[in-house]
Order: sequence, then structure tokens, then C-alpha cells
Amino acid sequence: MIAWTDHLVIAPIVVPMLAGAATVIAGNGRRRLLAGLGLASTVLLVLLSAMLLVTADAPGVRIYRLGDWPVSFGIVLVLDRLSAMMVALASVLGFAAFVFSLARWHRAGAHFHPLFQFQLMGLNGAFLTGDLFNLFVFFEAMLAASYGMALHGSGTARVRAGLHYIVINLLASLLFLIGVSVVYGIAGTLNMADLAARVADIAAEDRALLEAGLAVLGIAFLIKAAMWPLGFWLPGTYAAASAPAAAILSILSKVGIYAVLRIWLLLFGDGAGSSAAFGATALTAGGLLTVAFGAVAVLASQNLARLAGASVLVSSGTLLAAIGMGQAAVTGGALLYLAGSVLAIGALFLLVELVERGRDIGADVLAVTREAFGTGEHEEDGEPGERDAIGVPIPATVATLGVSFLACALLIAGLPPLSGFLAKFAILSPLFAPGGGAPRPLAWVLAAALILSGLATVVAMVRAGMDAFWASPAGRPQRVSIVEFLPVALLLALCVALTVGAGPALDYTTAAAEALHVPANYLRGVLGTPEDGR
Amino acid sequence: MELVVSLAIGVLAGSGVWLLLRPRTFQVTIGLALLSYAVNLFIFSTGGLRIGADAILGRGEVGTLAAFTDPVPQALVLTAIVIGFATTALLLVVLLAARGLTGTDHVDGRERER
Repeated sequence: MIAWTDHLVIAPIVVPMLAGAATVIAGNGRRRLLAGLGLASTVLLVLLSAMLLVTADAPGVRIYRLGDWPVSFGIVLVLDRLSAMMVALASVLGFAAFVFSLARWHRAGAHFHPLFQFQLMGLNGAFLTGDLFNLFVFFEAMLAASYGMALHGSGTARVRAGLHYIVINLLASLLFLIGVSVVYGIAGTLNMADLAARVADIAAEDRALLEAGLAVLGIAFLIKAAMWPLGFWLPGTYAAASAPAAAILSILSKVGIYAVLRIWLLLFGDGAGSSAAFGATALTAGGLLTVAFGAVAVLASQNLARLAGASVLVSSGTLLAAIGMGQAAVTGGALLYLAGSVLAIGALFLLVELVERGRDIGADVLAVTREAFGTGEHEEDGEPGERDAIGVPIPATVATLGVSFLACALLIAGLPPLSGFLAKFAILSPLFAPGGGAPRPLAWVLAAALILSGLATVVAMVRAGMDAFWASPAGRPQRVSIVEFLPVALLLALCVALTVGAGPALDYTTAAAEALHVPANYLRGVLGTPEDGR
Repeated sequence: MELVVSLAIGVLAGSGVWLLLRPRTFQVTIGLALLSYAVNLFIFSTGGLRIGADAILGRGEVGTLAAFTDPVPQALVLTAIVIGFATTALLLVVLLAARGLTGTDHVDGRERER
């Protein structure tokens, strides 16, 4: 007999699944009922994930055996600090995006509500599962829903970008399957913990094949995480998607990062025999190239949505490069960075839609072109006089949006005083810690990449912000309902909370990273000691 | 038998990759379908190729690897087939929508300029 609290581990998957099923049954017509169901599910998810976050902050892991099968036969869900943190991030972002969508987006097309719920189910499942093939199934559930979400609202741009997105992700899924089956063929198990226990004992002649299989699997994850050169699909798709869908999509790319982090550290940690740290250089190099490409993409972005998409690339690259360094303290900082960047980029995607609403399409393109070629900047307005004397008053809505945009810019660029800066500092400081010998050359490259990409982001965001808030004609006031602004404020407030509580948060992520780097507790928790094996 | 199966996987995967690189959406879809057949056969073959061997124990039988085939790849391939089928159907719908909205079946939504 197990206590009811043990079932909490599976609740983040069951709740959105039931809510999704209920919204399918309720049909498309009853908007109030649908909104109520969705809201209840997302609020419940936030509460559940907060509970899980608290219970996970302990040594050891909690497992949930589906159908109570013994671990070697059945599928397990595993809750540790990392998965609890990811579930919490997904739930908070899901809540914010859902509230945002209630203002208008949920009416923009059919089946928004079921897709949204199944999306959350897939996300939470991917974070919680402890089985490689089950990870594939949840990946597919998440992706299938995201195809619908990316197309939500329809229109030529979305369908064109969505087509590329779907084809690329189907290809990634096929690679995932090839990787999984090679791993099964060699190791004879799909349970991640069991796999980690067996990796060291793989015969030398099979080892190359296993590593090849895992590399193929890694490519599938890295396509999701948009590592250069696998990430060219990302900015276009994210920019074309509707605001709430884009906010959710921004955590989808973090699922790729999560999978790399989890499986790479589990299988190629110090206990892996001759395979230890396999591919570390590739991860760091790929991450650094992604940062470089992302920084250029940020600078070259001609509108806010593409800017947000490009900053997803920068944050993916930063995370991959930091993870590839292979130090627990660095990974801890990277996890703090991950939490902050998910929230900030989610807020930015929501904000972009509010800012762009009152503007002419193409105004950004003109502004950037003008800047580059220096033409037509100082055209006379026709009626100077009164306007010049008083100046153009900035409406309250624009001012509020502007402050939020500023906060997003500080967070994403990693400037003090907000959490982006603290997280980047937490990534870099262990690399240059006194007493650890001379810093590696790669550490200098990473430091330079982090700082330069921050600079590129600042330049691009200042340019976009000036154009959006100061240079836009004040004639047409934007209409922003409070329902739409609240989620942005919530996400930014959480970032501020992450800044104020950076100490405890960093302790948490460092503990999570240490558990990942030394997975003995994970293995013991999942596989059990021989005495309590069933 | 190994040779026949590996040749089949190779031919399917090769044609799939070639079609995937073509500019028309329909070719891309068929390419993905062929690739998924190749991958499904590949998954199936990771359990070892046997003729006439059961995957499920009868009542009272004790399984030995010599007499039985591995059931896990068969379960995996079944899941992969179902998921691949569903996502391909979804892709077809998007393909039709793209054709209707852009007026062309080029993957980029516009014809190459000559």
C-alpha cells in the first residue's frame, strides 16, 4: 500500500490529460466552460508543481512505478530536483500563457484548449519519465500538440513556417528512434538508470556502436535545442507562432537541453569507464557556435518577434556550452540561468505581441534599414510648433509595457541587477575560482562568448525598444487588457523573486547539478538495493 | 535473411533521404514515410531476426533466448508505427493547407525564380 502523496509524482501528467480530454468532450462552442477547465487545470498544475518542488529538495529521488511493475520490466517516473524544477517552470509558463490567451487568442482557431493541455501533459511527462522510450512517446505527444499550437491562428506565414517545423521534427523523431533502438540492441535495457549502471560493463567491441547510437540520439535532442547548425528552423517558427504558443514553444527548446543534460551526465559521467565525458568538446564547441550565431541573429533581427526567437538561440547555446564544461558548479549556474531565461523569454514573447499590436507592419524593417543606410531619418513632420514645445506624452500603457520590456532586456542580456546577470556570474565564477589551477583556455572563450552575446542582445534590444516605445507615433493608443498584462507581470515578478532569492535558488540548482554529476543516488533510488528489490 | 533485411532498410532509407531533399511537399511527405518504414524495420531487427519464434510465453513455459524472440522491439515498433502514422497524417493536412494558402506545392511556399 502506498501513501496518497506518492501519487503526486504522476499528477502533473494526469491533470492536464484529464483536462484535455474534458475539453475535447465539451466541444468548441462552450467558451466559458473551456476557459474554466483550462484555468482550473493550469492553476492546479502550478500548485502541484510547487509541492513537488518542495518535496524534491532532498537527497535521493522519488520514483513512481507505473502499474507497480518491478523497475526492470515496467516504466518508472522519477522525480528529482532537476525534473521538479522543469515541471515547475513548465507549469508557471503554462499558466501565464493560458491566462494571456484568454483575452483573445483562444478564440483564434479550433481546438486551442485540448492542444494546450496535451502540450503541458507532454512537457511534464518528458521531464518526469525515467525510461528512454517513454521519453520518445512524451516527446511525440508534446510535439504533436506543438504542431497544432504553432499553426494556431492559421495564416500563410504560420503554415509555411509550421510545415518546415513539422518536417524537421519528424526527421528528428526518426533519429530518436534509431538511437533508442541501437541503445536497446547493445545494452538490452531502456531504463535510464539501468542503462547507466550497465554502460561501464559494455564490451569494448560494442562500445563504439553504443556511442554512435547515443550520438544519434543526441542529435535528435540537439535539433530540439536548436544547436548550430541544427537550429535554423527556430527563429522563423517562433516568430510566426501566436504569442501564447510562442511562449510555450520557448520551453520546448529547453526540453532538448534537459534531455541532453539528463542522459549525457547519467551515461557519460565518471562511472562510465572509457566512455566518460564522451562528446564534451562537441557540446561546448556547438554551444559556443550557437551563441555566436544567435548573437549575430539577434543583431540582424528586423522585428521584435524574430529578436525573441534569436535570443532563444543565445540561451540554448549558453546552456549547452556551460553543460559541456562538465563541472557541477558550472552546471548549477547554468540551471539557474535556464530558469531565469525560460521565464524572461516567455515574458518577452507575450510582450512582443502587445507592443506590436498598435504598430504598422514593416515599421521595424524600415527603421533598421534607415539606420543602416542613413536615409530619410530627419524628414520634417509638417506641423512642428506645439508638438515640439511640449513633447509627445507617453501613454500609461506604453510606459508600463516599456518598463516590462526594459526588465526583459536586462534579464535576457544578463545585466545587473536582475537574475540574468547573477546566473551568468554563477556560470563563470567556478571556472575562474582561485585554487582550481589556471583556468582552461575554453573558460576564457566561454566568458568572452557570454559577455559579447550579452552586448549584442543589449544593442539589439535598445534599438528595438527605442523604436517601439519612443519613436512610434503616439496617435494610436494601444489597447491592452489587464488579463494580457498580468501574465507578463507575473513572469517578470518571478524573475525578480529569483534575483532576490538567488542564494537559495543557486543552492537548489547546485544541489541538482551535483546529483546529476554523481548519479549514485539516482541509480540507488531507481534500481533499489538488492534487499528491497522486488 | 540479414542481408535481405539490411538491403531493404538501406534502399528505403536511401530513397527516403533523396525524396526528403526534393523541393515539393508531396515528395517530402513520401520521403518521410519511406524513412519511417526503414526505421521501423531497423527497430524490429534490433531484437534479432528469427523465423517462427514466439514472442510470448505460453502457460507454464520457461523462456529461453534460444527458443523465443525478444518481445520488446516488437512493442516498440508498434508504438513507433502508430505515432509515425498519426504525425504523417497531420503533415498531410498541413501540406494541403500550405498548398491552399500559398498556391504552390514548393516547400518554401513560393517557386524558385528563374
